[in-house]
Amino acid sequence: MTEAIAGFEGAHGPKPRRTFSRRNIFLYGTLIMVALYYMLPLYVMIVTSLKGMPEIRLGNIFAPPVEITFEPWVKAWAEACTGLNCDGLSRGFWNSVRITIPSVIVSIAIASVNGYALANWRFKGANVFFTILIFGAFIPYQVMLYPIVILLREIGLYGTLWGLVIVHSIFGMPILTLLFRNYFTSLPEELFKAARVDGAGFWGIYFQIMLPMSLPIFVVAMILQVTGIWNDFLFGVVYTKPDIYPMTVQLNNIVNSVQGVKEYNVNMAATILTGLVPLVIYFVSGRLFVRGIAAGAVKG
Amino acid sequence: MSGNGVTSVEIKNLDLSFGAVDVLKGLNLSVNEGEFLVLLGSSGCGKSTLLNCIAGLLDVTGGQVFIKGRNVTWAEPSERGIGMVFQSYALYPQMSVEGNMSFGLKNARVPKTEIKERVARAADILQIEPLLKRKPSALSGGQRQRVAIGRALVRDVDVFLFDEPLSNLDAKLRADLRVELKQLHDRLDNTMIYVTHDQVEAMTLADRIAIMKDGIIQQLASPGEIYSRPANLYVADFIGSPAMNLQQGKVENGRFLAGEISIPLDSYSFEREAKGEVWFGIRPEHVLVGEEAAGADFELTVKAEVVEPLGSDTLVLTSVNGKRFWLRISGQSKVASGDSLHAGVNAADASLFDAGDEERL
Repeated sequence: MTEAIAGFEGAHGPKPRRTFSRRNIFLYGTLIMVALYYMLPLYVMIVTSLKGMPEIRLGNIFAPPVEITFEPWVKAWAEACTGLNCDGLSRGFWNSVRITIPSVIVSIAIASVNGYALANWRFKGANVFFTILIFGAFIPYQVMLYPIVILLREIGLYGTLWGLVIVHSIFGMPILTLLFRNYFTSLPEELFKAARVDGAGFWGIYFQIMLPMSLPIFVVAMILQVTGIWNDFLFGVVYTKPDIYPMTVQLNNIVNSVQGVKEYNVNMAATILTGLVPLVIYFVSGRLFVRGIAAGAVKG
Repeated sequence: MSGNGVTSVEIKNLDLSFGAVDVLKGLNLSVNEGEFLVLLGSSGCGKSTLLNCIAGLLDVTGGQVFIKGRNVTWAEPSERGIGMVFQSYALYPQMSVEGNMSFGLKNARVPKTEIKERVARAADILQIEPLLKRKPSALSGGQRQRVAIGRALVRDVDVFLFDEPLSNLDAKLRADLRVELKQLHDRLDNTMIYVTHDQVEAMTLADRIAIMKDGIIQQLASPGEIYSRPANLYVADFIGSPAMNLQQGKVENGRFLAGEISIPLDSYSFEREAKGEVWFGIRPEHVLVGEEAAGADFELTVKAEVVEPLGSDTLVLTSVNGKRFWLRISGQSKVASGDSLHAGVNAADASLFDAGDEERL
């Protein structure tokens, strides 16, 4: 009846699709399996961190806690001992904050200007400079560890927070410069030309034209750097001393301490606390990843 | 209406190469004050490169650029007294229309009140006052290009440079803006240099057209001259749609001979003596058809193979000596494919080129 009224015969409108087609079952089945596989360790960690030690000794690592306790979290944050200090991870947390923030700001500031200069101002030797920079990304860190120790010692920054900030900024340079260069190259060249005709100089174009159009790539760079520097262990342990160890190094010292009972619940809580910052960064700024700021600049 | 003979832009022996590729070679060009000059050519001919050299956006490899008698070869783009309009509009996306138009003035430290006045005047000329507070993303293509022209206008410059400004617009808008540009030029009387690959734009806008190929200006003349007296085979073939009908043959005893054709050249005004192999070219609209053909220098009968009615006139594809031969006839005439047509050719309307150096005879 409806067909006669609507004036259609045969197939019309969207093609009907079954919810439980073989394709959907396979697709979503795989996705759910993989998701579970990755979620399971996190589940075990959270559950264990909320149990008391007697309950953990029962050995059911998948069982939810019978009696929820936040004591392990408090202990991990404020009381756990690493070496001589017994003020928990809080010290490492603030050390990591003091290391990460300047490293991220300095490396992104320099790399964005590098990328902008390489993309738009084709100066003499730009290609050589760029090649050397990219080559730097392929040299294994281990090769450079000791030379940098000497270098930092000579300039009197070995074992200081700023020494580590400099190391992080330098090692972030190749990949960040590449990132910014490619982004600025993708912006319409005519925009740059128009700004030059309008009398804007190197910094004028950078701050007034390029920066406002580059929010997405700055967010990407920030995510890369924050997670990279926060999760760094090697540089932290090599170039600093116990007072200013970053959180990851402290976590290692807590978890791998050989004296006394292994407090699994405290270890789990400490690990989650350490991983929290990159996690939060992903959740907060993931949305900006995909936002297109340059809309309307070119035709469309 | 082209100027009073004062040179506005002069280019002397300009060379530009990217590495081993020579894009411009010893190019000379002088543009008169108030002239509308169009640089026309197919892509890769160096026309945009030349414009960028005039603007100062590319460093030249050799030669000089003068604007208003001042040597600006080493000057920054902003110091040259030019305004430029780009194909992709290139509006600053985060600034309002007003911000876009005043950006250059702010950089030049023009007082605020004057900026306001100049923006208002340009907005009035281009009728974009209601758009001043909007962002470029909230404008249509035509409006964006108008703002881009406005951005050049507020700078009160002597020379406007246009780099294919209408190529991103649809056909109707392109025709409208073309007329507006012409009116703008009549009103402002600035020198304008305009790059395009569209010959309709070139023919309609230009006081003079410079046709470029491989970085060399092939012919620099008024649209009428270029159309009726192309300087060489390339120009003849490039201008006009459909292109000029060309036949290769030879000149003997004052007649052009090629296969079945034999055309007396008594009425053709030679620029130099014809020898041996030549090209004979005649535009489709200069081929006479039907009764008009009677009494022409040479008459022939052709068979219509394809008929393309365009409304105002009709294009008919035929063949002569196995080569394509287009006719343009009135849109009223009824011709079907397969019909035989009586056609006539007058040597006075034709163009002859040497087959060797391809220059006009």
